[in-house]
Amino acid sequence: MTTMTIAKAINEGLRATLDNNPRTLLMGEDIGALGGVYRVTDGLLAEFGADRVVDTPLAESGIIGTAIGLALRGYLPVCEIQFDGFVFPGFNQITTQLAKMHARSNGNLTVPVVVRIPYGGGIGSIEHHSESPEALFAHTAGLRIITPSNAHDAYWMIRQAVECQDPVIVFEPKRRYWLKGEVDTQNPGASADPFKAHVLREGTDATVVAYGPLVPVALAAADAAAEDGHSIEVIDLRSISPIDFDTVTASAKKTGRLVVAHEAPTFGGIGGEIAARISERAFLSLEAPVIRVGGFHMPYPVAKVEEDYLPDIDRILEALDRALAY
Amino acid sequence: MGATHLPSTEFDETAADDQLEAEAEAQLGSPAEPMVQLLAPDGTLGTDPVFSAYAEKLDGEKLRGFYADMAKIRRFDVEATALQRQGQLALWVPLTGQEAAQIGSGRASQPQDYIFPTYREHGVALTRNVDLAELLRQFRGVSNGGWNPKDTNFHLYTLVLAAQTPHAVGYAMGIQRDQKAAAAVAADGAQDRPAEPKAAVMVYFGDGASSEGDVHESMVFAASYNAPVVFFCQNNHWAISVPSSVQTRIPLSNRAKGYGFPGIRVDGNDAIAVHAVTEWALEHAREGKGPVLIEAFTYRVGAHTTADDPTKYRESAEETLWRAKDPLDRLEKYLRAQGLADDAFFDQVKADGDELAAYVRKTTYDLETPDIRTAFANTYVEAHPLVAEELAWFEEYSAGFAETPEHNSAEPGSPDPDDAATGVAR
Ligand SMILES: Cc1ncc(C[n+]2csc(CCOP(=O)(O)OP(=O)(O)O)c2C)c(N)n1
Repeated sequence: MTTMTIAKAINEGLRATLDNNPRTLLMGEDIGALGGVYRVTDGLLAEFGADRVVDTPLAESGIIGTAIGLALRGYLPVCEIQFDGFVFPGFNQITTQLAKMHARSNGNLTVPVVVRIPYGGGIGSIEHHSESPEALFAHTAGLRIITPSNAHDAYWMIRQAVECQDPVIVFEPKRRYWLKGEVDTQNPGASADPFKAHVLREGTDATVVAYGPLVPVALAAADAAAEDGHSIEVIDLRSISPIDFDTVTASAKKTGRLVVAHEAPTFGGIGGEIAARISERAFLSLEAPVIRVGGFHMPYPVAKVEEDYLPDIDRILEALDRALAY
Repeated sequence: MGATHLPSTEFDETAADDQLEAEAEAQLGSPAEPMVQLLAPDGTLGTDPVFSAYAEKLDGEKLRGFYADMAKIRRFDVEATALQRQGQLALWVPLTGQEAAQIGSGRASQPQDYIFPTYREHGVALTRNVDLAELLRQFRGVSNGGWNPKDTNFHLYTLVLAAQTPHAVGYAMGIQRDQKAAAAVAADGAQDRPAEPKAAVMVYFGDGASSEGDVHESMVFAASYNAPVVFFCQNNHWAISVPSSVQTRIPLSNRAKGYGFPGIRVDGNDAIAVHAVTEWALEHAREGKGPVLIEAFTYRVGAHTTADDPTKYRESAEETLWRAKDPLDRLEKYLRAQGLADDAFFDQVKADGDELAAYVRKTTYDLETPDIRTAFANTYVEAHPLVAEELAWFEEYSAGFAETPEHNSAEPGSPDPDDAATGVAR
């Protein structure tokens, strides 16, 4: 066990991956000498050389597209997209090519490309640097999407993503890059399956499901609710595609009340999918409608007002109050 | 070899070049560049300071092979068009006019090379020994692919224009890495197996697709990493209804200069020149000298697809002009004039084409409709709970129909004793 930040944990995960498998390589803008704009790839160029840690031309479609070609040749590319809002020039390659290559080849070809995307707000940045586009990718069959909320998961998830034969997008909660936590690099423990949700806190009155950057917020909200005498269960979804509905359903059946929280706009988001599935699966156990907490239907607002945009402890508590009032 | 004076857009002009250049000038609205041509429309063989050497390597058998391939693929095209007209295919993408560009280039590739086509490269597929009936699976709607690219190193057709170009560059970067690793092993003296032959990648796209950003990004990547890739642009003058003058103000081959690698414009209706230029380019790439762009100046004689109506946007005179430069006619003239082929040969080619057409027709009728369960099975490589859940639902739903015979179309003629009792209307 060692304590490290999420950024360092991903760095260590990438290091282990590069060490273990000569066919892995990292590709992205400024990931070499600079170590990435968030320094997640810090030191890897010096250790593994420019053939394994590749500073690419500034071209997202080119990065994803050439990664697909490398994967077809048997390599395991891990692409870094510099910021969430800049993945869109590569969106075509991800959704029309990467996601579908296996299916359209009738299973003959696999393209195990990993795409790392720092996402989410709360860092006071400017336009296009704070977005949460995960639902746009989750809607595309053929992709897998995971997001760590803590350092241990961050270390294991990147390794598991590279080992997965399907294309995997790892959404990294950028405002949590500096969050420290214990990491066991020898044993994944409960994190052995990256597509399984974790019940982080047991409770009986209501469940809050969150992922990535909002997990600490959900935990803090549960603490606050406990002071008011409410017992809140908190689930870290971890995987956005597939979603571990079994874990969420079991919790909803147990507590009878469900709140789903994410930073992405509520409309058309992952929360809606969870609400719909849970009302199908646990309708008779629900005491209240599933309530969604998310961003508003607007372009990500300017940094000076992002506090009003991002779900915080109070917004989750307000949702819990509504659920508990039924 | 005179590769030193490449890019060959600076090649000497011939009289035939002049004529084509004037036409190109009219079509592109800017001064056209010279173009490599060896076999003129009248069937006479010219010379080129660099590429004649490649043409000289082509013996009678090879040239007859080029002709036979071109005739075969044209016959196949006619057959597939007929199948579409008869409702057997949803759509067909004809290649008539582009046979020399495809057979000439495809025949220059070697088995270890890897080819990324667009969707019109039926001739290239033939040169890679893809079963042509398999090409029709996609157009019949029974597959989004249809063949295993690993068998022939001929990738699946790609319908999102230019999307395959970065794949090609990435694949080429992979080859480059493999060769570097193999060289390191060899330098260690530890090799006990024969060296892998050097390989390159060739990627096809159209003049319309050349406007897509992916082509630009691919060329930047290819140049940055000196990737062993040949970009093969078939400029057939039209992107559905839009002429190439809307895509570019200069000959497309000239764009290569901006990326820092050679660009060659070749007469795309001249199988000999296309073969020579492509062989040169693939050698260049395999030898580690980096990417090459070839622009094959050709013409789509028929419609863009069977859903298209070219009379709405172009003059038939243009088509007539290009028919006079037909790639098959000119090679036939040459073969006959040189005494390399006689009537018996051409009769045999025709018979082979008819045999292929009959085979393709029969195989198309026999193509089996897949079970949607294969789509469930192939969406992901690894087990996926959502797919499993939806498949389980589908199985249960389908089983429900099996229990009610009035909905079961498996035995259309079978009497249904419960029909009257249930009163379910068909
Ligand atoms: C990204 C994209 N946009 C539009 C289309 C629709 N489309 C199919 S073929 C075509 C024209 C392509 O022209 P060109 O690249 O010159 O190739 P050609 O078909 O003439 O061989 C268009 C616009 C497409 N397939 N992909």
